[in-house]
Amino acid sequence: MNLSRREALALGLGAGVMAFLPFRATAAVEDDIAAFTGGAATTEGGLTLTAPEIAENGNTVPISVDAPGAVSVLVLAAGNPNPGVATFNFGPLAASQSASTRIRLAGTQDVVAIAKMADGSFVKASQTVKVTIGGCGG
Amino acid sequence: MISRRDFLQASMAASAIVGASGFGNWARLAAQQTLSQDQLLEFDGIGNVTLMHITDIHAQLKPIWFREPEINLGVGAAKGNPPHVTGADFRRMYGIEDGSASHYALSYGDFTSLARGYGKMGGLDRVATVLSAIRSDRPDALLLDGGDTWQGSYTALKTDGQDMVNVMNALKVDAMTSHWEFTLGIDRVTEIVENELNFPFLGANIFDAVWDEPAYEPYKMFERGGVQIAVIGQAFPYMPIANPGWMFPDLSFGIRQDRMAEMVAEVRAKGAECVVLLSHNGFDVDKKLAADVPGIDVILTGHTHDALPEPVLVGKTHLIATGSHGKFVSRIDLDVRDGEVKEIKHKLIPIFSDVITPDAEIASLIDAERAPFDAALSEVIGKTDSLLYRRGNFNGTWDDLICDALLEEREADIALSPGFRWGASLLPGDDIRREDIFNATAMSYPAAYRSEMTGEMLHLIMEDVADNLFNPDPYYQQGGDMVRVGGMGYRIDINKPQGSRITEMTLLKTGELIDPAKSYVVSGWASVNEGTEGPAIWDVVESYISRKGTVSVTPNTSVKVDGV
Repeated sequence: MNLSRREALALGLGAGVMAFLPFRATAAVEDDIAAFTGGAATTEGGLTLTAPEIAENGNTVPISVDAPGAVSVLVLAAGNPNPGVATFNFGPLAASQSASTRIRLAGTQDVVAIAKMADGSFVKASQTVKVTIGGCGG
Repeated sequence: MISRRDFLQASMAASAIVGASGFGNWARLAAQQTLSQDQLLEFDGIGNVTLMHITDIHAQLKPIWFREPEINLGVGAAKGNPPHVTGADFRRMYGIEDGSASHYALSYGDFTSLARGYGKMGGLDRVATVLSAIRSDRPDALLLDGGDTWQGSYTALKTDGQDMVNVMNALKVDAMTSHWEFTLGIDRVTEIVENELNFPFLGANIFDAVWDEPAYEPYKMFERGGVQIAVIGQAFPYMPIANPGWMFPDLSFGIRQDRMAEMVAEVRAKGAECVVLLSHNGFDVDKKLAADVPGIDVILTGHTHDALPEPVLVGKTHLIATGSHGKFVSRIDLDVRDGEVKEIKHKLIPIFSDVITPDAEIASLIDAERAPFDAALSEVIGKTDSLLYRRGNFNGTWDDLICDALLEEREADIALSPGFRWGASLLPGDDIRREDIFNATAMSYPAAYRSEMTGEMLHLIMEDVADNLFNPDPYYQQGGDMVRVGGMGYRIDINKPQGSRITEMTLLKTGELIDPAKSYVVSGWASVNEGTEGPAIWDVVESYISRKGTVSVTPNTSVKVDGV
């Protein structure tokens, strides 16, 4: 029996996720951040990024952001070939500044969120999401 | 904490006898000492609340041998801390005498000799006797089962977990959580939970995958001794990754720490004076959770099969580790007053099957569950010259035997056997009955596949599994041991990052390094992929053992470990 790489990997021990070496952030990420912040410094706090530690399915990873008082939140998948995921803009009548979506991750990488606050400052949060072939939980 | 003294009382008299003896002669001496049921159960109760914890029984109704791990490495903050301490270091840490009953129950080392002296452990009829004794002292003690209950034996496999459900109902469990339960398939789990279980099946972290809504009851409130107790359930977080997600496609799990914090706040708001987390996270995950989510008084840990004679304290949270396979019952007494836990007392009760009298009612129920399968269970397939055990981070002789069977029966270059932590042991000279083979293999996705993989792919798999065990952040660990490998050696540095831990992968039959570009014939089992083809692993192993008659497993020296 000859198997394709994808099938064999899945046989090997897990759900067929094609790539799982850590994907490094590229220059595109820095560019996207600079374009969003205009080069301003970011601080921590005031922005909650919720994502699983280990993705159950790298093709559809649930994430959410919550940044009270933000006017806009940028979400990047730092290791994807195209890091840009979404920019959520909140108008003055928005009841809350939070959003959820599902994203595709090419492999283990950091998901990054940056919120622009009403006063023009920027806050940042990030979390590593592991994409694994799994299969050995005891 | 006076738990250690209580636990060790059973062994202190023994120590006086064996103190000056040479290591290796324990069995004969051990047989001379008297362990009594009264000693094992001795406990001066405190306070107004009693919890009884059992976990990771893996469908073991009858007493078994179970050797604790020799290698159980911690990384990062866990390094050198319980439960990542084994053997003599473990005994020194807890003041356990070499050759004592506690040595045999809680640590590896001289296992065969001690096993012959002290006898098998576990058996749910003996567990029943212990539970009854505690209940006669504390009639409203809560019995909490940490899960991995419905899988792991021939009879549980053949009855889709019914034998275990019947026995656990008879033991009057008050609540459970889960892991391998879901490998029976979602339809069967639903049938059991809705129609057959006499107690709640809790999982605060189990969600509907489509709508992201809670799928099971997160907690249950109990009033005991005038105290409001909340028991929150936490199922194994990495269910769809470590086990076949296609068997329960509409469920999502995860650690969901924020959800846990919400649940703690919710039960406190409802008046809980004592918050208990019945967890299948694994010990290191629970340790991190305890530090990050305040307000949990007791975490009854599970999944990683650790047995610790004392609680581990994180902040104000007591972590209890009750072992596996029915070897232990934990009793935890709490003094809860003025809305908070004032005092806690704990004893890990070892279930020495030759010391504790079986409960007649549960014994006959167990026999009735097994009766239809008696002939199949007891058939002798072969014999072992070697101690067969599984537990340990890198290899165990049971898996070496399974890998040998895969290499020969499936004509493969390399064999892979999953790093499960369940599976009973066998002593040298023991018959290998069909039941014993199933105790090491019984599960619902047993196909022994045979396929080709490149060296590069094998390396990726090894790195991936190693990171699930040795990632320094417990939230990125899945709680299994390293995949066991036959036909191939390797070196691992556990402290390196993913992608550079595994080196010197060597094909043992030629002594050559594995070529990333070359294809190798690989056979393994327990693939989580739907539609995997091949004979069931127990048939492969049975065929191999019956062909050999008597099996011997030579010590495995093909894994070199650095960074310990």
